[in-house]
Amino acid sequence: MVEYLLTHPFIGALVALVSLALVFGAILGYAAVQFKVEGDPIVEQLDNLLPQTQCGQCSYPGCRPYAEAIANGDAINKCPPGGQSTINAIADLLDVEAPTLDEEHGEESEVKTVAFIREDECIGCTKCIQACPMDAILGAAKQMHTVIGDECTGCDLCVEPCPVDCIDMLPIETTIGDWRWDKPKASQEQLNNLIATDKQAVEDGAAA
Amino acid sequence: MTDFVVILISTILVNNFVLVQFLGLCPFMGVSNKLETAIGMGGATTFVLTLASICSYLVHNYVLSPLGLEYLKTIAFILVIAVVVQFAKMFIEKTSPLLYRVLGVFLPLITTNCAVLGVALQNTAKAHTFTQSALYGFGAALGFSLVLILFSAMRERLAVADVPVPFKGAAIGMITAGLMSLAFMGFSGLV
Repeated sequence: MVEYLLTHPFIGALVALVSLALVFGAILGYAAVQFKVEGDPIVEQLDNLLPQTQCGQCSYPGCRPYAEAIANGDAINKCPPGGQSTINAIADLLDVEAPTLDEEHGEESEVKTVAFIREDECIGCTKCIQACPMDAILGAAKQMHTVIGDECTGCDLCVEPCPVDCIDMLPIETTIGDWRWDKPKASQEQLNNLIATDKQAVEDGAAA
Repeated sequence: MTDFVVILISTILVNNFVLVQFLGLCPFMGVSNKLETAIGMGGATTFVLTLASICSYLVHNYVLSPLGLEYLKTIAFILVIAVVVQFAKMFIEKTSPLLYRVLGVFLPLITTNCAVLGVALQNTAKAHTFTQSALYGFGAALGFSLVLILFSAMRERLAVADVPVPFKGAAIGMITAGLMSLAFMGFSGLV
């Protein structure tokens, strides 16, 4: 065998390289199985159900920390942006009774809103800027602040800290600029891949 | 024994891979903005370089040489390095999540570090034995880490120094690297 490879250098080179690659591939394949790092699958699934607004109304610093907290046994009804549909989906996943939304953490709103600062009344205290989880408020100390509407997730967190109550939560109005056709109806397979809030919206749309 | 000490001193100081042989300049300029990342990169490179020089020695002496295929060494060594890096990444991720968090982002970068290939090729060119190869790789990595850490410490100070506008950023970094290289020339003739 070795003599044959020595007398046919071209084939020898091919065989040597291919077998090296095969051996290394086998080592890596073995390592991939042997050293597989397992994440926490339940946390992943919970995180996928949450609305990813990162608003912090659940008193955790974002959706993923809340998902981890649920996995460790925290109550599942602390997510106002997700609303009842998210609670139902999580209850479904964890196989528990679905509680109603905990009012302490905020109310579920029917319409999407954005924060709006009445700029004449703003005293420039920066308290709402510190409260905003999305960095959607612009401004500096003793300067007027304003909200970047596109960035605002409508989480209400800036309303409470404002000392002069100049922040309103306004419903997003449809203008000629952002009017859209209704979304096409999703197939059942696509529905299964949606996060719970979106799924609810599609189902409501179908009912109406 | 003195032989080993000579190899170490020679690779760390006299024939430093970055400043004298100008190999591995890409991570040297790229990862030296902060001292912490430089230390992480140095650690990861030391780990991979030592392992890669051992593995490439084995491949060269037990696969390529007996078949008379030394001319394939470059491509074979690239394969070896890529595998070693990937394997090290998986192994560290599993066994030490803490170390993985420190080194994680740097490990894939090392694949393209030409110092690693340079060490493997020089090992064969100088006909090193197994121990010599391992030491040569280890010394080269120590030398790389040393200058990377020194350079990043200097760059942290340069970042706040009052540098003339045309020289700001990478330009003053290049000049500093050149001066360091000049300084390392002073070690020539030590071994």
